Amino acid sequence: MLGFLARRLIYLVPVLLAVSLLTFLIASLLPGDLAYVILGDQATPEKVAALRHDMGLDQPLWWRYLGWIGHVLEGDLGRSFRTGQTVLQAVGERLPVSIELMLLAEGIGLLVGIPLAIVCAARAGGAFDRFVTGGAFGMLSVPTFLSAILLIYLFAVELHLLPATGYVPFAEDPVANLRFFILPALTLGLAEWPTIMRVLRSDMIATLQEDYVALARAKGLKPWRILFVHALKPSSLTLVTVTGINIGRLIGGAVIVESIFALPGIGRLIVGAIYTRDLVILQGAVLLVAVGFVMVNFIVDMLYAVLDPRIRHGHA
Amino acid sequence: MATLELTIRERIAARPARRASRLGLLFWLAIGWMALIFAVAIFADLLPLPSPTDMDMLEKRAAFSGEHWLGTDGLGRDELARLIFGARTSLVVGLCAPVIGVVIGGALGMLAGYFRGRFETLVVGCMDVLLAFPPLILALAVTAYLGQSILNLTLILGVLGIPAFTRVARAATLTLSRREFVIAAQALGATHARILLRELLPNVLLPLTAFFLVGVAITIVAEGALSFLGLGVPPPEPSWGSMIGEGRESLDIAPRLAFLPAIAMFLSVLSFNLVGDRLRALTDPRQGTL
Repeated sequence: MLGFLARRLIYLVPVLLAVSLLTFLIASLLPGDLAYVILGDQATPEKVAALRHDMGLDQPLWWRYLGWIGHVLEGDLGRSFRTGQTVLQAVGERLPVSIELMLLAEGIGLLVGIPLAIVCAARAGGAFDRFVTGGAFGMLSVPTFLSAILLIYLFAVELHLLPATGYVPFAEDPVANLRFFILPALTLGLAEWPTIMRVLRSDMIATLQEDYVALARAKGLKPWRILFVHALKPSSLTLVTVTGINIGRLIGGAVIVESIFALPGIGRLIVGAIYTRDLVILQGAVLLVAVGFVMVNFIVDMLYAVLDPRIRHGHA
Repeated sequence: MATLELTIRERIAARPARRASRLGLLFWLAIGWMALIFAVAIFADLLPLPSPTDMDMLEKRAAFSGEHWLGTDGLGRDELARLIFGARTSLVVGLCAPVIGVVIGGALGMLAGYFRGRFETLVVGCMDVLLAFPPLILALAVTAYLGQSILNLTLILGVLGIPAFTRVARAATLTLSRREFVIAAQALGATHARILLRELLPNVLLPLTAFFLVGVAITIVAEGALSFLGLGVPPPEPSWGSMIGEGRESLDIAPRLAFLPAIAMFLSVLSFNLVGDRLRALTDPRQGTL
């Protein structure tokens, strides 16, 4: 286990370095001089040159990268020249919103997906299974912005049950906060459950054909006990991966859903930074999101090894 | 142990093989819808349609009529014409972007899967790096700074698709490389180029084609999402995504302005997914249970 952990950790180093390099390159190579952005189009060339010198923009690219990554490693990701906020402050402010949305959406996805998968796998090929599998396949073809519009139309425009857009912090008013989160979480949950259902169902069907399940049946164990106690854990490997990737993705903010429902999460922070050309925030937030994604994947790999001993011993 | 696994594989394989043999009515309906949108997108200029960009402020959000079959949008533009020209946008981006992915990703994946070793580690590592970035944000940043045009949109969506195609090609090549016909070719002294092009490529092509169709569906959704946010296809060029975005403003008075392009997009995405899935089930019977 320790050897496996060490191998994965060593692999992380070049990946994280490459991620930081790519983030830096994207933010630096995009056209539009930062000095002009700050000073405006009317600035004199002398002023621009002076500011470029102050900010180190006249240095070669690789030197600027080393300077930036040095600061990043010290925990200083820079400060927005528009709002004066540091990147860490801006991200820290938005992160709770994205995490709450992620938890609710994954919760809905798992709550719908897992029971459906188990019931479908127990009677694979039956009428219910075909109905749910078909429904899941159809749902996979519904982009989130379509289901968002449909939900807004149903619950906000027609039924007037829920607010279409807006946000209140949880600490201020938990009930209002949850009311604002229902539609966005439902939108994402609707997109999550088909994948969850499909991978678990397929793994479960394979598990149910194993000999030890046949033995459990022969011993006369109750069907629900076989399904939930004996078959669920060995079938959940792919499910763990899929859920992990989803979590990693959603921590980075659900750009579309946050935009539609006007939730102030990480996704909207980054989109706002793109619109206002706030390169420092863009660079810092994208770096944090990408590193977060890599770390979540790393944790998933570790979980995998815990769940399946064959992987940590290197012959899977 | 080995025989046990074998019997399990056979048992799993036996079930969907039957299902795959009958493609079913849905498959042909999907092919029919694809043929329809291809036809109207190609012949859009020849069809007797009003212009998709001409505005008529007196006819804002007009209902269905003989003149405007599907009514008009918030700026008095003909909805049917915009839907049909929007299909053209979706198909141009949706077909061209995955071509970039399938060519570059397919080549990288095959080389990585065939030669293995350091090169494979490098390719897999590069793809891990690319996958770490939220794709939509990357696309947003690039279109925002390089300018909104169909070309830029296609290029960035194409590049973002490379990792997925690399994975599919590498996985297929890995299993095929151990098959007898490849070993036989090697024993006969075939060059690497010959093995890759004449022995492996025809076999990798089938799963790649199946995934290409799914890639088209994903790209249509991505283009729609970017246009929906106003950072995709530049207005007044019609796109289903931007039509849905504009229709969202009038959900209370004219919901059909959002729902008509939404239905068109859903049916197209579903069709490409369905056909791609059936093709994949044909090539890989074991995965067909998904």
